[in-house]
Amino acid sequence: MITSILLTGVGGQGTILTTKILSAGLARMGYDVKMSEIHGMSQRGGTVNTQLKFGDKVYAPNIGEGEADLIVAFEKTEALRALPYLKKGGAILMDRKEIMPLSVLTGAAEYPHEADKELEKLVGAKVIPAGEIAESLGSAKSQNICLLGALVKALDLPQFDWEGLISQMVPPKTVAMNLAAFRKGLEA
Amino acid sequence: MSGDEAVARGAWEAGVGVAAAYPGTPSTEILENISLYKEDVYCQWANNEKIAVEIALGASFGGLRSLAAFKHVGMNAAADPIFSAAYTGVNGGMVLVSADDPGCWSSQNEQDNRLYAPHARLGMLEPSDSQECLDFTKAAFDLSEKFDLLMLLRMTTRVCHSKSLVEQGQRQEHMGKYTANPAKYAMLPANARKRHVAVEEGLAALKEYAETSPLNRMEMNDRKIGIISSGISYQHAREAFGESASYLKLGITHPLPEKLIRDFCGQVEKVIVIEEGEPYLEEAVKALGISCEGKIYTTRQGELSAARLRAAFGLGESAETVSSSLTAPPRPPALCAGCPHRGFYFAMQSYHQRLVAVGDIGCYSLGVGAPFNGFDTAICMGSGFSIPIGLSKALEKQGDSRKVFGILGDSTFFHSGFNSLVDAVHAKANVCLVVLDNSITAMTGHQQNAGTEINLMGYQVPAISIRSMVLATGLPEERVLEVDPIDQAAMNAAIQKALGDKETWVILSRRPCALLKEVIKARGDLRCEIDPDACKGCKACTKVVCPSLTFDAKTKKAVISDPASCTGCGLCMQQCRFDAIRKVGGKA
Repeated sequence: MITSILLTGVGGQGTILTTKILSAGLARMGYDVKMSEIHGMSQRGGTVNTQLKFGDKVYAPNIGEGEADLIVAFEKTEALRALPYLKKGGAILMDRKEIMPLSVLTGAAEYPHEADKELEKLVGAKVIPAGEIAESLGSAKSQNICLLGALVKALDLPQFDWEGLISQMVPPKTVAMNLAAFRKGLEA
Repeated sequence: MSGDEAVARGAWEAGVGVAAAYPGTPSTEILENISLYKEDVYCQWANNEKIAVEIALGASFGGLRSLAAFKHVGMNAAADPIFSAAYTGVNGGMVLVSADDPGCWSSQNEQDNRLYAPHARLGMLEPSDSQECLDFTKAAFDLSEKFDLLMLLRMTTRVCHSKSLVEQGQRQEHMGKYTANPAKYAMLPANARKRHVAVEEGLAALKEYAETSPLNRMEMNDRKIGIISSGISYQHAREAFGESASYLKLGITHPLPEKLIRDFCGQVEKVIVIEEGEPYLEEAVKALGISCEGKIYTTRQGELSAARLRAAFGLGESAETVSSSLTAPPRPPALCAGCPHRGFYFAMQSYHQRLVAVGDIGCYSLGVGAPFNGFDTAICMGSGFSIPIGLSKALEKQGDSRKVFGILGDSTFFHSGFNSLVDAVHAKANVCLVVLDNSITAMTGHQQNAGTEINLMGYQVPAISIRSMVLATGLPEERVLEVDPIDQAAMNAAIQKALGDKETWVILSRRPCALLKEVIKARGDLRCEIDPDACKGCKACTKVVCPSLTFDAKTKKAVISDPASCTGCGLCMQQCRFDAIRKVGGKA
């Protein structure tokens, strides 16, 4: 039994660090874990996807269309863009944060502000206002760890010291804020 | 651990003494991670891949184990020394790492470098996950010394950038000794002819080893279908077919183990070869007279995935997907807020009637297309300064008076752009060559280059002056213009000067990358602010298309919508006729 998770956001939102923490935790719990990321050009304000698969034995590291059990989107339209990857009956966790792509700034495309409502209706997407929670805690940057909290809760995993792991893996100065964000994510 | 990290760890454990590379996605992290062991390993970012291979070759001649890494297209630049070094063989074991990019995630083509191995006479290993990256790297050094061959470790993006669990070992030192041996290492015709015999003997011996090597293995399950595969393709096949097929999983893919392949094919009813890219294995199996199928199911293009294989082979039910009537707006990578290249492209776009622009490979390639339509062609590293020579001659013959502008970056200039510049000056070409010098190799994540004052080892080194190199061609100083690209008056003046005659001009567009640590530190909280009372909503500032700035349709005013990303470069401010934008903050 393999669980496939796709994390998607915009370059700079911390999707890769989130995936690293999650995969480190899953590996310590004894699962076989593979994580795949595509970077390079996508760092410059483009879409960033990381894919994580875990189970008893994982072969291919990447997730095809219709194969993700769970999609975690750090930005509203990125949830929409990732929708083809969702398995029928799979779940979406998403922030409603909006980051305008160049195509919208230049007027070449329109931003679908109602994407969160649409995804709630279509697949029962759960909206976590992680960006707003993070800002209320003092730094927008802990958005990713807030979403990690919601993700850990959604996965319904055995007991594990996630807070200890987060403390080791985020920059030392940000530990307290990230732990607060993580707890808010667990409650959300 | 990622595949790249595991190769680095494997090289260190194998006792590598010298490692060199030119950065290129998805290979960059290999040398970056070897450099974590710089007490044990001398590491260098070479100016190009050819030089990286030659540095490693020198170390091998000298008796140390050595490694050179590059992305697939980098191997083209390095092919010259590789083909001849294959003849010399090694003293210390030498491993080349090629990181191929099926699907062109960050490349200009998707060439399959497995084909280099038979062509250049190299031994080749293909890891399929991070554990194999570590194990195969170590094995490659041993095999290189045992059979006196250059070994190619061939990876792909999904192997380089996927992470999986890895068991690590300890370092074993390897310290050989340099002994002069021109008959082996000086490839003049008389020596080369003899060495060509020697390399064939080495490959024959490696082939015999491959027949029983644990790096190749059979997994026998249901015998109706037998799948031959290697690298990441094996993982996709294994997931898609599970135990409904048997597998011959090849780790050594040059030379191929003929007896093992025959043995496997004899045990299964139907043979299918699964591989990304070229039908390299398929054609080799067919050449043995064995009937098999491969590329009739998949194409040469793109990556494979388990889902793609399930669809191609009709395995199970096709995955159902959910679709929405809404579409997500495209979000391609874009120039960052404060990027110096934006200043150059913004200025240049006013002159598109009077010039034709040629691009190259780097961050500035993001200037192609809307909104700046910065250039028309991009081929390979350094071509941004040589294509203009031929193109300018073509335009001249057609009576087209437009001037050709060539555009490349500082690292690309050192890579091979300088050679092209010399030719352009020598040809008295009607071109303007622009170095977008942001003081770092930026696209691959800020690697040092010959223009930086610190090298990969952390040593203080002489920074090579691009300006001095350009002036060394004899180009008069008045035709070498050094400009801050954000300063639009100066950049416009420079472009106009270059357009004013048919001579060769050089513009050194100099401003460091806005994401450099020291630049961020020096900037402090410098940013731009827009006074909503002074803003008339004319949208002039939005034309610079900065990710920090948007036009608020409700208030009909421009706003700095993402102040955290604004660097206060002031490019937008220079467009405002109403003094509504000012710089605030920053260090005194």
